[in-house]
Amino acid sequence: MADLTYSQSPSKGSFGKLILRWILYILLALFALYYLMPLFVMVTTSLKSLEEIRTGSLIALPREITFDAWKTAWSGACTGIQCEGLQPYFWNSVLLAVPAVALSTLIGALNGYVIAQWQFRGANLIFSLMLFGCFIPFQVVLLPMARLLGMMGLAGSIPGLVFVHVIYGIGFTTLFFRNYYVSIPAELVKAAKVDGANFFRIFWSIFLPLSLPIIVVTVIWQFTQIWNDFLFGVSFSQAGTQPITVALNNIVNSTTGVKEYNVDMAAAIIAALPTLFVYVFAGKYFIRGLTAGSVKG
Amino acid sequence: MTEWLENQLPKMVLAPSFIAVLVFVYGFIGWTAWVSLTRSKLLPKYELKGFVQYDKLFASPRWDTAFGNLFTFGILFIVIAMVLGLVLAIMLDQKIRVEGAIRTIYLYPMALSMIVTGTAWKWILNPGLGIEATVRGWGFENFSFDWVVNPDFAIYTIVIAAVWQSSGFVMALFLAGLRSVDEEIIKAAQVDGIPTWRIYSSIIIPSMAPIFLSAFIVLAHLAIKSFDLVIALTGGGPGYSTDLPATYMYAMAFSRGDIGQAASSAMVMMAVVFTIVVPYLYSELRAKNHG
Repeated sequence: MADLTYSQSPSKGSFGKLILRWILYILLALFALYYLMPLFVMVTTSLKSLEEIRTGSLIALPREITFDAWKTAWSGACTGIQCEGLQPYFWNSVLLAVPAVALSTLIGALNGYVIAQWQFRGANLIFSLMLFGCFIPFQVVLLPMARLLGMMGLAGSIPGLVFVHVIYGIGFTTLFFRNYYVSIPAELVKAAKVDGANFFRIFWSIFLPLSLPIIVVTVIWQFTQIWNDFLFGVSFSQAGTQPITVALNNIVNSTTGVKEYNVDMAAAIIAALPTLFVYVFAGKYFIRGLTAGSVKG
Repeated sequence: MTEWLENQLPKMVLAPSFIAVLVFVYGFIGWTAWVSLTRSKLLPKYELKGFVQYDKLFASPRWDTAFGNLFTFGILFIVIAMVLGLVLAIMLDQKIRVEGAIRTIYLYPMALSMIVTGTAWKWILNPGLGIEATVRGWGFENFSFDWVVNPDFAIYTIVIAAVWQSSGFVMALFLAGLRSVDEEIIKAAQVDGIPTWRIYSSIIIPSMAPIFLSAFIVLAHLAIKSFDLVIALTGGGPGYSTDLPATYMYAMAFSRGDIGQAASSAMVMMAVVFTIVVPYLYSELRAKNHG
């Protein structure tokens, strides 16, 4: 009995396997549709006229493609009393993200270098304290930070937001660099010291040139975090200095006038484009950043 | 002298960050904890009054809804995202030809801001022109899908959008885990004629326990911090039916001008994170120091 089934199984098995394989591919394709559907709906809605949105179907392709909604979203949509579109807020986010990403990455690299290669008593405790700082719900620092920014004269300003993002970003950036530098043999530092190189010289000439992959991971992680941030943006900005996420939310939830869904969708895509762009062109590094914090490195 | 300086340099480089973390993380938590024990309203007062704010918080029906929602939302979100992520990872692990492209599609929502995700789903779920209208347009006149404006069901729309955003990430975590299982063991099991589903359920999945834990921690953390998604998708409504602790805290701090309530609700959020994250971090750090 046993060897009978054995001899039959190849042909039967391969047919069953073929069907299973088909089911598998169909399921995978259906899930791909599920993930793509909102993006598809956003893009098609943004290219339709309001008239067509009201009469047509959610998932239909636009009968007539128009870029009016995109123009309005970029330079005419109202975020409250002002109607300048997303444009000024887009640049706010750029002005905010560039220095915040650069500073937090640089500080993280130096911290990681110290913790991984220049161990002193208490360094591990400091690292643990910083690591824990990554996990706090930011609500718990919102009130005192608002007061501090007010006292420093930075309330509602972009430099104030840069400051906040750097402070609460260094936990993660330090973690990234520390985990990367820890795998570099300590002999390297010892040998360089024997040759007379000092602390900064070793960092500059030996560690930094080795760091390109982790710099890319950290920059992408920080950029995504800061660009997509809403909580700090909405808490610590005022009219005129708001980042793009806050402006997008104001456009979508403004109650004045006719609800322009096509403008909302165009605005949402504009707000998403920079991080989507990063994801498409540097996806590998993006995923490495995502998993670095959660999988033992 | 220079040698002394040279030796102190690493400490001096780390010191500013250390002080920043002490002040802006731990000092600020301390400040919030202190203020949560006072009768602060629009402005902070520093005279301690015991647990009045917490009594008020737990007596507030709005907080009751927000805290209850955290568990409804959190549990559904974590369970669905984990199951979906695991299923997708196992399916993708079957030597799929276009795996890279599929992975890219499954994971892209993670690159989006929650505000973008909320905006998109708000449009898709709106009964007047979204899915409900579309299905009715196909001839199912009685089809109804008004969850986003229905106070009893609105919280589930948050789950839908949050799962859409994060499940691809869980898939990526699990896929990495599946790939890290020792191939020799799997081959040996295959030679022994053990069916594939048994290989998964008895060998591969149990060996991924640490990854389940990581995924759980990350998702739980996301759930507790969820704020933007609610603001963009439902604004906490209808009424305050989709309030979460994060939106409650924000409303108290910045629109109601009730600092005492804001501080005490933030401290409760902190406590929830503590109970989940601290044991995890502790074991992680211990494992690192010993390994």
